[in-house]
Amino acid sequence: MTEFLQHLVNGVSLGTIYALIALGYTMVYGVLKLINFAHGDVYMVGAFAGYYVATALGVRDAPSVMKAFLVFAGAMAICGLLGAAVERFAYRPLRGRPRLTALITAIGVSFLLEYGFQLPRWGFVPFDFPPGPTPRFFPEPFERVEWTPLGVHLSNYDVISLGVAFAFMLGLQFVVYRTRFGTAMRAVSFDAQVAGLMGIPVNRIIAGTFVLGSVLAAVAALLVAGSRPRIDPIMGLMPGLKAFVAAVFGGIGNVPGAMFGGLALGLAEEFVAGYTVSSFRDAIAFGILILVLLLKPEGLFGRVTAEKV
Amino acid sequence: MAALRTALRSLLPFLLAAPVLWLVQRGLDQAWTIFLVGVLVNVILAVSLNVVNGFTGQFSIGHAGFMAVGAYTAAKITVALRDVQLLGLPPAVSDAAAFALALGSGMSVAALAGLLVGIPSLRLRGDYLAIVTLGFGEIIRVVIENTPFLGQATGISGLPGHTTLTWVGLGAVATVVMARRLQASTQGRALLAIREDEVAAEAMGVDTVGYKVRAFVISAAFAGLAGGLLVHQILLCTPRMFTFVKSFEVVAMVVLGGMGSISGSVLAALVLTAAPEVLRAADQYRMVIYSLMLVVLMLTRPTGLFGSRELWDLLPPLRRRGEGSAP
Repeated sequence: MTEFLQHLVNGVSLGTIYALIALGYTMVYGVLKLINFAHGDVYMVGAFAGYYVATALGVRDAPSVMKAFLVFAGAMAICGLLGAAVERFAYRPLRGRPRLTALITAIGVSFLLEYGFQLPRWGFVPFDFPPGPTPRFFPEPFERVEWTPLGVHLSNYDVISLGVAFAFMLGLQFVVYRTRFGTAMRAVSFDAQVAGLMGIPVNRIIAGTFVLGSVLAAVAALLVAGSRPRIDPIMGLMPGLKAFVAAVFGGIGNVPGAMFGGLALGLAEEFVAGYTVSSFRDAIAFGILILVLLLKPEGLFGRVTAEKV
Repeated sequence: MAALRTALRSLLPFLLAAPVLWLVQRGLDQAWTIFLVGVLVNVILAVSLNVVNGFTGQFSIGHAGFMAVGAYTAAKITVALRDVQLLGLPPAVSDAAAFALALGSGMSVAALAGLLVGIPSLRLRGDYLAIVTLGFGEIIRVVIENTPFLGQATGISGLPGHTTLTWVGLGAVATVVMARRLQASTQGRALLAIREDEVAAEAMGVDTVGYKVRAFVISAAFAGLAGGLLVHQILLCTPRMFTFVKSFEVVAMVVLGGMGSISGSVLAALVLTAAPEVLRAADQYRMVIYSLMLVVLMLTRPTGLFGSRELWDLLPPLRRRGEGSAP
């Protein structure tokens, strides 16, 4: 029973992380029909942005909750800017070209971020950027408190990250279904051309979608850094891949589907790895992807769309 | 007569290449041999990936995964057959036969892996293939690192050094001949039709999924061949050799050379293998340069340098004169 509860807690906290990243994939896919390969690397940049802000604020020597807020705000702002820049300079010029072209560009951007961050330090930047391939360790902004209710290991970090993750998901739900921006976004996702004719600024909405997705990726990265402080330039690869699986599982392009898919994938991974062999944990998501593609390629909540000519 | 000509077209390159390769192999020193083997392995990889990414217009970025499958299969077989004399043959012939058997098995198992990965992902649109192959490339590494039979992270060492320039050269010739003959066949036309417009091709009765899977399986088999050849030169087979860095190098070669251009792939494989040797200082910037190259090429010239044309298409139209239709 204790073991079950422990896996449940771990699975939910892992699942919320996947869900937050998957939301970025699914929203961008919704408006552009593009798999944004670079999204996992935006997540990585979020972790490093938080690390640099934390270092600049001196979190390691004088931790405080206020600084934790600033770290979050800083990393979210930097990632939002990065998302907007990637959209503006890499994807927007290619709109209307064959999808393969945009896909290759996305792969290029992804590798550019991964390997750009592995370069040795540039002399002209005041802080140690790029960080190089050696992992860094994220400082703790406040003291870690461990509890064991019913024998389950929990820390205040776990509780806070669960709360923050759910708060952001609810917030996103509100933005997508209750605001003008969200309505415009759904309109663009339904039919960009017609949405443009109705006076919706399509370019601005797409850029906004990238910013929103990137901000969520930054949040996910910082929440992970609370429990697993090791960060390195290729840390985005696996979570990015798994979050994509979550998005496909929930039905790519569907916002509640991505949240559900993320949670389901986190739980599946934690339970399967916990009760059987844990060394093949990374292969579980891949197996699920293959199964989904074989049995229900449109995902749980996705619409079956016929290709129009 | 036509059948004879077709057979000759496939055989002639081998008959011409074998003595040349053998002579070159005798005349070259160690360093050049290593370099040339590297180039030719990359030629096999780039040309075979071009069958999927160039001819068919799908996008696979897990070529190293299939290399790994082929390499491990071949390595297991050659290590097992190390001191075995086959059917009382002389040692040299026996070794060659064992190596050919190992490479053939490597290709078959890689093809099987290609089939398993291809069927679920190729039923859907091209972008799923990209992410599934990326996942496959990573997962195969995880599986190898956790399987004691495959030597885990330390890999398999002490492989016999069967790979010579002749073997790799013939492998490269085989790949190019395969791609060239495929391109000109009914199968190849179907692939090109899928690349140009999948919906239209399907409407014209092309079995799009079947052709895509076949192209993918062929491509995976040749990646397996490249893997088998590579590890028998290095004499070591570790999962580190087949990370997505390797896959990405091959993608960069195909995109640079032109998607659908065989000679473009060969040239790009040569250039991108030679470049790090010449520019040692820029080695740490290599992957960054590749990724920038990919983005810039897509923004400015999305078909790659040669597009789907071949090198000789760019020459002045000497051969066309006979056709009498050149303006």
